[in-house]
Amino acid sequence: MTAGWIDRALSEHEQQTAAGRSGSPQPLPGTVREELVLERIDRVRRARPRVREDRITMSHGAGGKATQSLIEAIFLDAFRNPLLEPLEDAARLEIGGARVALTTDSYVVSPLFFPGGNIGDLAVNGTVNDLAMAGAVPHYLSAGFILEEGFPVEHLNTITASMREAALVADVQIVTGDTKVVERGKADGCYINTAGVGLVEPDVNIGVANARPGDAILVSGPIGDHGVTIMLARGELDIEADLESDTAPLNGLVAALLAGTPGVRALRDATRGGVATILNEIARAADAGVVVSEDAIPVRDVVRGAAELLGIDPMYVACEGRMVVVVDGSEAGAALAALRAHPAGAQAAVIGHVVAEPAGIVQLKTAFGGTRIVDLLVGDPLPRIC
Amino acid sequence: MIEFFPDQPDLARVDVSGVRRVINVGLLSDEPPVPGDWVLIHVGFALSKIDEEEAASALAFLEGIGQAYEDELTALAESRIE
Amino acid sequence: MRFVDEFRDSEKARALAAKIAGLCEPGRQYKLMEVCGGHTHTIYKHGLEDYLPEQITLVHGPGCPVCVIPMGRVDDAMALAAEPDVIMTSFGDMMRVPGSNGSFFDAKARGTDIRMVYSPLDSLKIARQNPDKRVVFMAIGFETTAPSTAMTMLRAAAEGLKNFSIFCNHVTIVPAIKAILDSPDLRLDGFIGPGHVSTVIGCRPYEFIAADYGKPVVVAGFEPLDILQSIYLLMLQLSAGRSVVENQYSRVVPWDGNVVALRAIGQTMELRPYFEWRGLGFISHSALKVNADFAAFDAELLFDVPGVRVADPKACQCGEVLKGVLKPWECKVFGTACTPETPIGTCMVSPEGACAAYYNYGRLTRTRVTEASRT
Repeated sequence: MTAGWIDRALSEHEQQTAAGRSGSPQPLPGTVREELVLERIDRVRRARPRVREDRITMSHGAGGKATQSLIEAIFLDAFRNPLLEPLEDAARLEIGGARVALTTDSYVVSPLFFPGGNIGDLAVNGTVNDLAMAGAVPHYLSAGFILEEGFPVEHLNTITASMREAALVADVQIVTGDTKVVERGKADGCYINTAGVGLVEPDVNIGVANARPGDAILVSGPIGDHGVTIMLARGELDIEADLESDTAPLNGLVAALLAGTPGVRALRDATRGGVATILNEIARAADAGVVVSEDAIPVRDVVRGAAELLGIDPMYVACEGRMVVVVDGSEAGAALAALRAHPAGAQAAVIGHVVAEPAGIVQLKTAFGGTRIVDLLVGDPLPRIC
Repeated sequence: MIEFFPDQPDLARVDVSGVRRVINVGLLSDEPPVPGDWVLIHVGFALSKIDEEEAASALAFLEGIGQAYEDELTALAESRIE
Repeated sequence: MRFVDEFRDSEKARALAAKIAGLCEPGRQYKLMEVCGGHTHTIYKHGLEDYLPEQITLVHGPGCPVCVIPMGRVDDAMALAAEPDVIMTSFGDMMRVPGSNGSFFDAKARGTDIRMVYSPLDSLKIARQNPDKRVVFMAIGFETTAPSTAMTMLRAAAEGLKNFSIFCNHVTIVPAIKAILDSPDLRLDGFIGPGHVSTVIGCRPYEFIAADYGKPVVVAGFEPLDILQSIYLLMLQLSAGRSVVENQYSRVVPWDGNVVALRAIGQTMELRPYFEWRGLGFISHSALKVNADFAAFDAELLFDVPGVRVADPKACQCGEVLKGVLKPWECKVFGTACTPETPIGTCMVSPEGACAAYYNYGRLTRTRVTEASRT
């Protein structure tokens, strides 16, 4: 927001209400008025995304609404082509008759070392997972390093050793890479970018747009472990907990799932923005509604406790080794069994399903018995005071 | 509340579901909490001790309401049979 | 979690809801105001309104300390942060509150040193670690948070810190409630009293509401059963024609409040003669400032604060939402010009604000909700 943002927002509002309905919808009896406002909100949400700020803020990197606007208004707009449009975790390509999945991710986590792993683990597992979410068997990774002047070589050794281990476990090879060094003060020690390539089997067709009413939604394990671990590891908070990141490769779990369940529609790993963001992506891409039950979503006690202390909601907290599965309703049981049979999915659970109405909206049935909406956040979850 | 720090009387360590945190208990100096007590924490300070007796009586009231409701429901169900 | 899970039991909720419905006089509408932002949050987060009969409407009052800060004060804070050697520290939900030229987040993007903290003590730590900088803490909140700010200043004084100060925007809840009670365009039947503020000020300050205005008050906890039980107690009073102050949150709130906390506030702060509240105008004796004894920690004395008054944008109806006259969706710009991404008024930016809570949590009409949850 810059100076004069209020006037701009208001004149847009004037344009919209003049163009749309005749005048502002009031005064009217209670429920009819509400409906009109809901429609207004929907119209605004579906309108062409624009980036209003003239500088990038941290919100643009959080995975919520601001990130979405940035991607659609700037990157998609500039590079537009049919392969990019689906905006899935990995692009699905046809090259010389082979079905190839291609993905890339950059890792800028701070601190670099945390309980449960380090930036190297994330760099391999994250990209392996993006390929697995496309239903691809991951094969090869590239690894580009941006190192800060003064970064201890010993740390670099630890990171690359972790990457070697992670690649072994995930059964992929790191086959090419790059190194750059920047001056002290840039790059926070070490940034890593990995790109990955994999092959999709002929009969596999997975994507969030495939989700349809009646589908069941599952999650592969307890949520929020990674994000809370990182927040605590930043050390500013004087809080300790026995908690570690859930970073893990999911390709083995995906293979086990696909083997037993032909009706899998979509897979998404719940990274930044958390499960809540994935559910919204599903609702949006499929133009359907999503209903989940708070009771059914697995969250470790310690994550719940830390989240309460920090004033944030685990639904929006990043994981690095959990996925959301959308599967044909009739196969929910089979999918659950397949996930639970694998060590990485031992605590998998069915958390809800896809419904026809209201389209584009994610609803949560609270443990208490009421209902509420789970929307995208604008940026990072901000802790509540009071 | 878990423990105090002998050299820093204003500080204490608390535990919530396995999450441990150091907080300032200076606002409770008139009636300092002891290990085992439960406190209300806000922005790093303990604001109040939780009174177990009051909590118990609040819960008892709720149980009573719940039980009365159950009884009513049962009575309702039984009366329908006729 | 103990003392939390027991108060989230849905069966007991149904029992309470039945009792509440039973106490409603046929044909009568009831408007109950919940003053505290934390209560608004719980109500929406757990979908509590689904448990209430149509006859009862919950009205959201000015209990969001971030919401009521006028734009001019935000601009002042931004000016402080922009000083070259200043590190501004602030709680999370203050970061997105818009002033005339954007928010703390935007200023951070432009290079201003603004850091998020979880406690005023964190600011002290930053001050100790950066002796060549001046650290300012953006102090906001009701009487719940003021004691923590006070204790922090006491500690800063004890340590002889020379580079720490606060920009004091603490407000007090009772004058705001009185302003609402005195406004002609409001019809309220009772109050769900603030929970955490009451741990500090106790329950006595609300007695005038029951005695002079004849409205019952029940001080409520923050779990969903606490709120339902408090509504039940209010309805009991209303059906018996009584009006007194009751303390449902007795497990945490002492009737006399926290004397140590009040003492700390008294040692370090004093009431301002008047203060502007967003949407409510100027209210006398409704806010705190650092007192003369602690002037060394008063950012308003140490720095040149512009102090320009910025009128609320004409289209913004935050005031009426704060007073409970309008429901969030009844505001003309709700959902179009004013959204969580572009919050014109702070009712939208803070998660405790009525509009943000409604937008994020409660957007569906009750009929759509019951239909969807049947599937």
